[in-house]
Amino acid sequence: MILIAFLVQTLRIAIPYLFAASGGVVSERSGLIAIGLEGYMLGGAFCAALASYYSGSAWVGLAGAMAGGVALALLYAVTVIRFRADQVVVGIAINLLVIGVTRFFLRLAFHSSANSPRVPGFGAEQSGTGVVALAHNPLVWLGLVSVAFVSWQLYRTPFGLRIRAVGEHPAAATSVGIRVAKIRYLSAALSGMLAALGGAYLALDQHQFSAEMTAGRGFIALAAIIFGRWDPFRAALACLLFAAAETLQIQLQGAQLIPSQFVEMIPYVLTIVALAGVVGRAVPPAALGKVAD
Amino acid sequence: MSASSSSTADTTTSHRVVTLAGAAARRAAIEEAVLPAIVALLVAAIVGDILILSFGQNPGTVYRLLLEGTWGNAYGLGQVLYKATTLTLTGLAVAVGLRAGLFNIGAEGQLAAGGFAAAMVGLILPSGLSALVTLPVYLVAAAIGGGVVGGIPGVLKAKFGAHEVITTIMLNFVVLALLNYFVAAHMRVADSLHTAEIHAGALPPLSAFISGFHGSAANVVIFVAILAAVVTGWFLFRTRRGFELRATGLQPQAAEYGGVDVRGVWWRAMALSGALAGVGGLNFVLGYKHYYEDAFASGAGFLGIAVAIVGRNHPLGVVLAALVFATMSQGGLAVNAVVPKQMVDVLQAVVIIAVAASVPEVRRMLRRGR
Repeated sequence: MILIAFLVQTLRIAIPYLFAASGGVVSERSGLIAIGLEGYMLGGAFCAALASYYSGSAWVGLAGAMAGGVALALLYAVTVIRFRADQVVVGIAINLLVIGVTRFFLRLAFHSSANSPRVPGFGAEQSGTGVVALAHNPLVWLGLVSVAFVSWQLYRTPFGLRIRAVGEHPAAATSVGIRVAKIRYLSAALSGMLAALGGAYLALDQHQFSAEMTAGRGFIALAAIIFGRWDPFRAALACLLFAAAETLQIQLQGAQLIPSQFVEMIPYVLTIVALAGVVGRAVPPAALGKVAD
Repeated sequence: MSASSSSTADTTTSHRVVTLAGAAARRAAIEEAVLPAIVALLVAAIVGDILILSFGQNPGTVYRLLLEGTWGNAYGLGQVLYKATTLTLTGLAVAVGLRAGLFNIGAEGQLAAGGFAAAMVGLILPSGLSALVTLPVYLVAAAIGGGVVGGIPGVLKAKFGAHEVITTIMLNFVVLALLNYFVAAHMRVADSLHTAEIHAGALPPLSAFISGFHGSAANVVIFVAILAAVVTGWFLFRTRRGFELRATGLQPQAAEYGGVDVRGVWWRAMALSGALAGVGGLNFVLGYKHYYEDAFASGAGFLGIAVAIVGRNHPLGVVLAALVFATMSQGGLAVNAVVPKQMVDVLQAVVIIAVAASVPEVRRMLRRGR
């Protein structure tokens, strides 16, 4: 029983990571650094709450989130591809932009500086946090499917082959007739859409949007991508690992074995260790962050 | 006409051509630095208009309020100078990194670590000391605190090739969580997230010299920031180490071929970058509050990235950009009664994106025009 509770909570925490990490893998494998995941998630959460509130339907909320995520990702893609801006700079700016925009429109739409009113979510209202409620949330299933979908798409479809080609060697890809910019725009759009669904999960699960509610989850997803060495399944395992650590910390909170701050550090420390290459170096896609000519 | 005189004429002409070329190059460099900033401010003004109109307010009124609340009175100006002090130091930190070809995203954590280290020293020092004695001690402590946090990603890059963008981002979270633990678990004053007050050699506020600044947070650390900008400029453009640093940033392979210890430059540049950001921590901790407070950095490290980008990694540009961003931050508070202060967060992000996007464009335009 304790084990089931543990697994359920781990999955609940992992779902937003799974969405964002799957999206981030696509973006990074195409050569676009995914620092903006945090912003896409937060934007997605806000658009989900907004659309769900005004339509009364969580499904419309999902559509709103996807639209918002794609819009943000395309803003990023246009500035770094068309205008050749630095990816890291624009990625960070997107995160700052979304924090400001969501807070601004929170005041404009809901006259509050902290959170939205209650919005419709999925499933019965008081179904709790158990396994049944989890299984009734379509976003949980969608999150799991997104990992499989991205993996299948990257390794089993011509489009995925192109994504990997433009991420490793854009000049070679161009020479065989692949339009690098087009592939990257599509990859960015997909990453924004998936990450935004992760944000939508947060907002719809809590039945409201609150300012900066993603609280660094986009960066945990980024850590999972690197720790999973840019592979969708390994990144998903990293997401589950990080989520399990968080769950453990929450469930052991009464015991005070380890201070919560040290559990918070786990994903980041593991990622630094992975990058430093103590156990099997994490090597990024060759053209990651570079301007394509 | 003798051969010698004609050759003299030749050298004079060619000399003048060189000077003209130099002047043209300088003018082009200035255009290249200024045009993106103008484009960015125009784009920001348009976005600002849209946001203000969407809130049903008059853009002219809001912008006037913004300027009156910042440069229009001594208190507002003091607040702008206070905010610009931290931003100058974090901006310089990021700029030094970028000059070496390294992207330091960790200024936020380095700023916090510098402030924390200085606070720890301050809590130990006897309370009777004068600021003249304590300021150098605090400076060293803050520089070491930030320098260690900045140096770690530098060493990881030099030794293992770990990309500094990711390691500095990740280290931010580690450092902030660690400092939060120290403060929350061991040294906080009850019902707060800050340490006890530091009595050793308080750094005087600017209002001690100019009474008009009374009530504002501006303090003598501003002189540290100005000095840091001057010294950084001297170091980058007038010393061998600075030249090696810039050479590494332009083309590491070529620098290596020219005899530069590129890996050494990497970790030293990151340590220096972290130290600059760390010194920024003095402004809040010892110049303003006289205690370390958890999460005091609150984005000033990340804004340092914006300041460096908009200031084009030049110390003078960094100081100017820091003033612009500080004006926006303080201006947000001045207009908050009319439009949400988050408007300026949006505008700051818009400025960053617009500058980042227009720099390569302007460069290509100017090249085509020649």
